Amino acid sequence: MIDKQIATAQEAVADIPDNATVMVAGFGESGSPIELLHALIDQGAKNLTIISNNAGSGQVGLAALIAQHRVAKIICSFPRSANGTEFTALYQNGEIGLELVPQGTLAERIRAGGAGIPAFYTPTAAGTLLAQGKETRQFEGRYYVMETALRADFALIKSACADRYGNLVYHRTARNFSPIMAMAATTTIVQTSELVEAGAIDPEVVVTPGIYVNRTVVISQPVHESALIRQGSCYP
Amino acid sequence: MPGWQPEQMARRAAMDIPDGACVNLGIGLPEMIANYVPEGREVLYHSENGLLGMGPAPGPREEDPDLINAGKKPVTALPGAAFFHHADSFAMIRGGHIDLCVLGALQVAANGDLANWSTGDAERIPGVGGAMDLVSGARAVNVITRHCTKGGQPKLVEQCTYPLTGRAVVKRIYTDLAVIDVTVSGFRVVELAPGVDLDLLRQHTETYLVA
Repeated sequence: MIDKQIATAQEAVADIPDNATVMVAGFGESGSPIELLHALIDQGAKNLTIISNNAGSGQVGLAALIAQHRVAKIICSFPRSANGTEFTALYQNGEIGLELVPQGTLAERIRAGGAGIPAFYTPTAAGTLLAQGKETRQFEGRYYVMETALRADFALIKSACADRYGNLVYHRTARNFSPIMAMAATTTIVQTSELVEAGAIDPEVVVTPGIYVNRTVVISQPVHESALIRQGSCYP
Repeated sequence: MPGWQPEQMARRAAMDIPDGACVNLGIGLPEMIANYVPEGREVLYHSENGLLGMGPAPGPREEDPDLINAGKKPVTALPGAAFFHHADSFAMIRGGHIDLCVLGALQVAANGDLANWSTGDAERIPGVGGAMDLVSGARAVNVITRHCTKGGQPKLVEQCTYPLTGRAVVKRIYTDLAVIDVTVSGFRVVELAPGVDLDLLRQHTETYLVA
């Protein structure tokens, strides 16, 4: 019988090793799998490479993982945050690597990684600093930059509803990077607000088919990063 | 100082948005344009974090942290809106499905080069977001910005000194002093703000202006 449910966030992230590459879903706090991130902080894996659009905010979630010196490198489009984070100091001291990628290129590199496409050409960034050192080629008179696919050992994502096959639906703009990260990781771990019986999600509305999902853990009342920041929370 | 106030700049930029357009507005001043689209025109707003049919900010206590715009501020989804993932969102952008984007600028060059993501300052953490994708993919790229920096430096220049967002991408610029098009012969003045004449405009512009 196929059942991807894991009892706790702690068990769900237990086998993430040192040096792993981990995709972390979310755009700002929306879709950020805070409980899985906190479980990863407790678990202790270090020297991680993180692929995520942002570098977290405040002193919780992804920002807290970075503040714990557990991230060697981050691949993202926008590491700055309105709330100060430890990332800034670590970056300025050369203690964390940064690969800055235009947001659409980041998304497409992840999608390509999940779709078996090793590289592609995009017009984005042609003729700019972010194309330096990359192959550039002309198609029909226009310049395009070759970008390579991104894959990860693990993806941490958050869904609104899952069934035991791992079919997922999301809540509003919390969808963002989750469906493509689920495709691009060897092991995709999902925290879901609700877990339902097979058949309870209409096949017409499934956003992420369960084939991309390995583990689900129910976090029925996920906290929001902004609420934690308002409370002055600092994890752990 | 003569010229338009930010609301008037936004109103002027909104006049050029045609009925039925799909539009992406940058963070800050560009966002204000949505408030001034002339009555009778229906515009669909795209937000690169996965929303087409974005509406205005919600009322107090109606905010949902899972319904935000590209600036990570709470918004609403209008009837007929759609949600989608990031790769789809940027396929809309790169694939030429977005009719217009209006962005802010640090510098615009006479050939339409745009610099708006970095001053090259090594002390500052770089962040690019979706700006490079928008300028390479939207069918038209307009800029709304103050004509000069807070320190009085012209933003309309012969050549950008800051790192580029895109090459030869800008079509039209709305500033507090004028509306200016990028043409094959350089910047061309389309309209002057009240109280602004060509001499004043030229004093505040680093490069030649075609009247």
